[in-house]
Amino acid sequence: MVDPKDKTPENKVSPATRQYPDTAAQMKQDPPTTGHSWDGIEEYDNPMPRWWVWIFIITIVWSFGYWIAYPAWPGIQSATSGILGYSSRANVAQDIAEFEARNESFFVQLVESDLDEIRDNDELHRFAVNAGGSVFRAQCSQCHGAGGAGVQASGFPNLLDDDWLWGGTMEDIHLTVRYGIRNEDFLDARWSEMPAFGRDGLLNNDEIDQVVNHVLSLSGSDHDAAQAAEGAELFEINCASCHGDGGEGDYFIGAPALNNQVWLYGGTPEAIRESIYYSRFGVMPGFAGRLREAEIRAVAAYVHQLGGGQ
Amino acid sequence: MGILDHHKKIETHATLLLVLSFLVVTIGGIVQIVPLFYLENTIEKVEGMRPYSPLEIKGREIYLREGCYVCHSQMIRPMRDEVERYGHYSLAAESMYDHPFQWGSKRTGPDLARLGGRYSDDWHVQHMISPQAVVPESIMPSYGFMMNRALTQADAEHVRDIMRVYRVLGHPYTDEMMDNAVSDFFAQADEFGDPVADRYPGAQQRSFDGQEGVVTEMDAIIAYMQMLGTLVDFDTFVPDASR
Repeated sequence: MVDPKDKTPENKVSPATRQYPDTAAQMKQDPPTTGHSWDGIEEYDNPMPRWWVWIFIITIVWSFGYWIAYPAWPGIQSATSGILGYSSRANVAQDIAEFEARNESFFVQLVESDLDEIRDNDELHRFAVNAGGSVFRAQCSQCHGAGGAGVQASGFPNLLDDDWLWGGTMEDIHLTVRYGIRNEDFLDARWSEMPAFGRDGLLNNDEIDQVVNHVLSLSGSDHDAAQAAEGAELFEINCASCHGDGGEGDYFIGAPALNNQVWLYGGTPEAIRESIYYSRFGVMPGFAGRLREAEIRAVAAYVHQLGGGQ
Repeated sequence: MGILDHHKKIETHATLLLVLSFLVVTIGGIVQIVPLFYLENTIEKVEGMRPYSPLEIKGREIYLREGCYVCHSQMIRPMRDEVERYGHYSLAAESMYDHPFQWGSKRTGPDLARLGGRYSDDWHVQHMISPQAVVPESIMPSYGFMMNRALTQADAEHVRDIMRVYRVLGHPYTDEMMDNAVSDFFAQADEFGDPVADRYPGAQQRSFDGQEGVVTEMDAIIAYMQMLGTLVDFDTFVPDASR
C-alpha cells in the first residue's frame, strides 16, 4: 500500500499504478464521525479550529463590555445610556465647540474690528481669507464658481474683476453677503428693479433697437451709428437716471455700468435686447442667519482680495 | 456537554430546526425593532413639519422617477464637516412624511437635505438644463426636458390619489386638503393663485421655472427642492443634545 503523502522519491509511483488506501481501514484511525450516513457518505466530527473558537468567545465577552460602555438595551423610556456617555449629537456639538474655541479669538477679532481694519492686521487677514475661502467654496461657489469667476453671460457675476454692481468696498461686499440681493427674507436686502420696457409697452420694438445700438456704442462695441444716435435721447429719458448719462452705472441702486465690456447677461445685441425687453431680476440669498457674523466678514474679506476690492 | 448533546435533536430534525430558527429571529427582531416605536429619542417631535403639498409630491415623484437618490443623499450626519457644509444635521422627524425616506447612502453629488432656499429658482432652471453651465466640474446629466413637460389634470388627480394613500399611512391630510388637492397643485406654480400656504404652512408659491401660464415638471421638481429641509426652524427649535 502506498501512502500518497509519502514524498520520498524511491516510493513515488505513477498515478496509474498507485494504490489508494483502503477507506474503511483509514476510517478507523480518523476522528469519529457524526454517526449519520447519507447514501453511504459519512461526516467527520472534527472539532472547530481552536483560533476560531477563541475569537467566537472573545466577541461574546466583548459584547458585554460594549453593552456597559455604550447605549444598548432598550428600557421603558429610553435605552441604557452606557457609562462612556456616548451620544452622536453631543459629540458633534463638542467637535464644533472645540474647533470654535480654537478660532474664537479670531472670530471675536473679526466681529470687533472695523471692516477696513481687517486688511491691516496681517494675521487676522490671513485667517479671514482662509476661513472665508472655505465658506465661499461651500456656500457661494455654485453660482460664482469655485474660483469666483461667475458664469459668463448667465447672470452669475464674476467676482475677480473690479466691475461691481453694488460696490466693491469691504463695507459693500459685507452688506451684500449679509442680506443678499432682491430677496424677501431681509428688509435690508439690496433691491432695485429695472422696468421691462418691451413687455410692459414702455418702448416699442423700433425704439428698443435704437436703445440697444446706443448701449452698444457706449461700450465701444460694433453698432449702427444712425440707430445709436436716435437712441441717445431715449437712453437719456429712460435709462440715464439709473445707468448714468454715459452708462457709468450706479452702485447705490445696483445699476450696472454699460460703458465697459463686462456684461452680466451677455453683450450681444440679442442679449441686450432681451435685458431691455424683459428686464432682469438677479437674486442672491442673504446669509445672515445661515452664517455667523464672523463668517460673513471672513467671506467678505476673501471676496475683497480676489482681485477687484476697492 | 449534556445540553449540547440535545442540540443534536434540533440539528437532525428539519421542521424543528425551521420552527426554532424562526422563533429566534422573531425574538431578535422584536428586541431591535419594537423599542423604536416607543423610545423617546426615536419619536422626537419637532415643530414645523407638515405633509407635502400636491405640487411638492409631484416633484418628489419626479425625484424618485429620475433616480436622483442614486447620486444624492438626503441626510446630514451628525459630524462636524457635514454640519459645516450642509447645515444642521438631519432629524428623524424631518423624514416623517417620506415614504420611503430618501436618506440614501451614495453621494456622487452633494447632500440635498437642506437644499431649500440655498439657490435661486433661476439657478435651478439653468442647472437642470445644463449642470455644467453653472458648475463646470459637475458630472450630473441634463434634465432640461422637464421644461417642456406640462403637467395635466391627470397628473394632479394622480397626486390626489397618492395623497389618499398617504392618508392611510397616517399623514394628516385634512378633508379640506383633499378637496383642494387638484386646485392647489396648479395654484402653487402661480404667484397670484389661491394661497397654498393657508393649508400648507411655509409652502412657497410662484412660477418656479419662469414659464408663466403653464405648470411643468420643472415647476414641480424645483418646488420640491426649494422646500427641502426648510420646515424646521432651528432658530427656535433646539434638538435635545443628549439624544
